[in-house]
Amino acid sequence: MKVGVVRFPGTNCDRDVWQMVKERGHSPFWCWHQDRFAKDDLDAVIVPGGFSYGDYLRCGALAAKSPVMASVREFAGAGKPVLGICNGFQVLCESQLLAGALVRNESLRFVDDWVRLRVKSVAKGFLADAKLDEELRLPVAHGEGRFVCDDEILKTLWENDQVWLTYVDNPNGSLRDIAGIMNAGRNVMALMPHPERALHDWMGSHDGGRFL
Amino acid sequence: MKFGVRIMPRSVLLDTQGRTVEKVLRDHSYELDSLRVGKYVEIELNEKEAGRAEEKIKAMTEFVLYNPLIETFVIERREG
Repeated sequence: MKVGVVRFPGTNCDRDVWQMVKERGHSPFWCWHQDRFAKDDLDAVIVPGGFSYGDYLRCGALAAKSPVMASVREFAGAGKPVLGICNGFQVLCESQLLAGALVRNESLRFVDDWVRLRVKSVAKGFLADAKLDEELRLPVAHGEGRFVCDDEILKTLWENDQVWLTYVDNPNGSLRDIAGIMNAGRNVMALMPHPERALHDWMGSHDGGRFL
Repeated sequence: MKFGVRIMPRSVLLDTQGRTVEKVLRDHSYELDSLRVGKYVEIELNEKEAGRAEEKIKAMTEFVLYNPLIETFVIERREG
């Protein structure tokens, strides 16, 4: 599988995601923020974590307007799988490929820890072999990871099974413990925790390897 | 009484955030001459006399809200 790894100025989990893609037996390709790609060139796209465009204005706001995201939108529109991790989640929300927004943690502190997650629904393309209510263990590292949205969106997310993952012990004050969501087409999904940092037991968990 | 304090980076200073936002807008064909990003702080205080209220706001601004080396500020009276 050819997997595009998106890079903005300020992205810093790109090499880790690249390594994850390779270790899982797929072929990674860089997608530079100022370049476009054709939707048939790739089989999946990952928007990694970091501080795209220095988090200026709002996390993910400027990255969402970059040329590469226009390609990601077309790619997603064709039903192909897109995964956002951490800052990638923020970028996908700002791009309106996913609903809601991510704001400052309730504690006002950066949270850097291991968390337990529960699978609430199964998406297409990433973590596709998961079972409902299965528990995963992944690391989080973010200052603005608290998922928020209005009541109507929240209702739709739950009714359409678009809530992908929830925290067992909520680390950031996210609405209804939401750690990850997906779009209505179930091919665009994102989460705050970092699967690419949990590929082997020596890293603390191997659950991240199951995403790809 | 309600006040707003508008804090802007000094014009001689490189405003990296403003420059980045400006570039993104230009890349999307928006025409503009310049763009700078600052901060806006809203303060409400229990003080009937306008002059005294403004003095208090100024003291707070100089105490921590702005850095005279790199920023300038304007205090605005707000309705309501």
